[in-house]
Amino acid sequence: MARITLDHLAHAYKADPRTAEDYALKEINHVWSQGGAYALLGPSGCGKTTLLNIISGLVRPTRGRVLFDDLDVTDLATEARNIAQVFQFPVVYDTMTVRENLAFPLKNRNVPRDRTARRVEEIAGLLDLTRVLDRKASNLTADMKQKISLGRGLVRPDVAAILFDEPLTVIDPHLKWQLRSTLKEIHRALDITMIYVTHDQTEALTFADKVVVMHDGAVVQTGTPDELFERPAHTFVGHFIGSPGMNILPCRVEGATAIIGSTMIPLRRAYRTLSGGEHIELGIRPEFVQLQPKGAGLPVQVRRIDDIGRARIARVELGGRPLAASVPDGVSIEGSEASLVLHPNHVHIYANGHLVAGETSGGRAA
Amino acid sequence: MTKTVNNKAWFFVLPVFAIVAFSAVLPLMTVVNYSVQDTFGNNQFFWNGIGWFQELLDPSSQLGEQFLSSLMRTLLFSFIILLIEVPLGIAVALSMPREGWTVALCLVLMALPLLIPWNVVGTIWQVFARGDIGLLGWVVNRLGIDYNYTGDPLDAWVTIIVMDVWHWTSLVALLCYAGLKSIPDAYYQAARIDGASRWAVFRTIQLPKMRRVLLIAVLLRFMDSFMIYTEPFVLTGGGPGNATTFLSIDLVKLALGQFDLGKAAAMSLVYNLIILAICWVFYTVMTNVDAGRERVEA
Repeated sequence: MARITLDHLAHAYKADPRTAEDYALKEINHVWSQGGAYALLGPSGCGKTTLLNIISGLVRPTRGRVLFDDLDVTDLATEARNIAQVFQFPVVYDTMTVRENLAFPLKNRNVPRDRTARRVEEIAGLLDLTRVLDRKASNLTADMKQKISLGRGLVRPDVAAILFDEPLTVIDPHLKWQLRSTLKEIHRALDITMIYVTHDQTEALTFADKVVVMHDGAVVQTGTPDELFERPAHTFVGHFIGSPGMNILPCRVEGATAIIGSTMIPLRRAYRTLSGGEHIELGIRPEFVQLQPKGAGLPVQVRRIDDIGRARIARVELGGRPLAASVPDGVSIEGSEASLVLHPNHVHIYANGHLVAGETSGGRAA
Repeated sequence: MTKTVNNKAWFFVLPVFAIVAFSAVLPLMTVVNYSVQDTFGNNQFFWNGIGWFQELLDPSSQLGEQFLSSLMRTLLFSFIILLIEVPLGIAVALSMPREGWTVALCLVLMALPLLIPWNVVGTIWQVFARGDIGLLGWVVNRLGIDYNYTGDPLDAWVTIIVMDVWHWTSLVALLCYAGLKSIPDAYYQAARIDGASRWAVFRTIQLPKMRRVLLIAVLLRFMDSFMIYTEPFVLTGGGPGNATTFLSIDLVKLALGQFDLGKAAAMSLVYNLIILAICWVFYTVMTNVDAGRERVEA
């Protein structure tokens, strides 16, 4: 059982990294607290797997330290760390039965036979593998194999954290939910830290208590799913999370007003700290932009309206910029002229991609 | 599921039948024809029934004894070759680099012996192993070991086996290497996390994943070594005495040396059947091991 601390960690696959671009993983400081369910979310190639492999010891970081509680494990080999990892493609030992597969990590660590047998039964029960225990592992379905991979991690009683590297990639869609809820149950039943790497926001947001969003080798935001949705700390987070993602519009900000082209948008906060040099953008989620028949609000051109099942999303143009907006129930739009109503509490201002806090104007809490 | 029955399909395989008939069946039939007849020249043939086969398979006859000893020699040779080349090939494949420029270098070096014509291989070793001018033979003799492959049967065997190992281990190694390369990294990483030793990784991951290519390697090496002709013919000519007279050499001596067409034809057929039978056994046993596994799982 351990708290995992990443201390000034950075990694480059090149031998002699000089510039920031040489680093696959830019400097990161992070603490994974004991027993948490974390998701590491980001697009392919953003450094998620590298980070995971550093924690498990498969990759040695170029700089920085990895601590389990207060013990520096940076130079400790994978097999010496109390870490388990489940990979994208299920790994089972083909020639062995499910039982032998589950016992394998204990056998390698010379755990007495009767203790191994008891532990294997226990974990098999937890993962619902009891009825296949004596079958060969090679011909089982992918989700069963993935459970075996997971079981080989859980079977070690000393395991402090289990790392998942996109474990549901090869699982049939209808089994994904099932397996994910099994993971949640296990997380609840056993006091184990879980770090779950994925590029699928639904997986991340449903699995984790805390989501760490990575982009281009760096962590851009860590927070609960709500925080990521309500207050994206970076335009990337706004864009990556949500479907469709956040609307990001280049703008100018003067005090408590944002100006897009010739359109003025009143803001809840004042931004006096912005100097002229930054690239300023306004971000608002489609959920907080409502399309209304032409009238009060910002005049827009409607391009098309998509029915995505639980909601209708309008693709509109504001001052020549594309924008997504939600169409409230019961509202029908005639022609291409319509108006937008922005929810002022959910308008965020970004400078060079990063969220600017702003000051509450007029004494009102935002 | 219903199968579509369409007899027109036969029409499309007809050319294949025709070609196979001309290239394989007809020549084979001439051999069958010779095997049941005798001739005293002048292109006159006499019916001999299964006489040649009876003589061939009767160890008390001179032909039968000769055949049996050649067969035993060939079997022993194949056995030794498999025993050396398969483990050695696996070992070489395991120690080859997995990435970097050295991979290409290794592959080219390994492929070189496979590209040399067989009689050239024989010639190379014939010179290389000579006690007077060959580097190998000279060095070995200089080390105080009395080595002469033209005079001593054991030396001849050792030379032929070393030559074959040099010539063909690469094939096994390359096949195994291909099998090893197809194992995803995740298996090795999972094994490290599970705390598996080097030996456990080999037993539980590498060997099972190589099983299919090993089947091909064993089959190929068995067939080729059982049919070996050119290299020992060039190197020792079957000698000293009959020490390295394998079935193929024996057959050629019989057919083209003594021009005993009937005996040679009978021997070819039996030789052919033995190869087919042994390959079938290999194949059935090794695929049954697979199927047996799956049946347990089902």
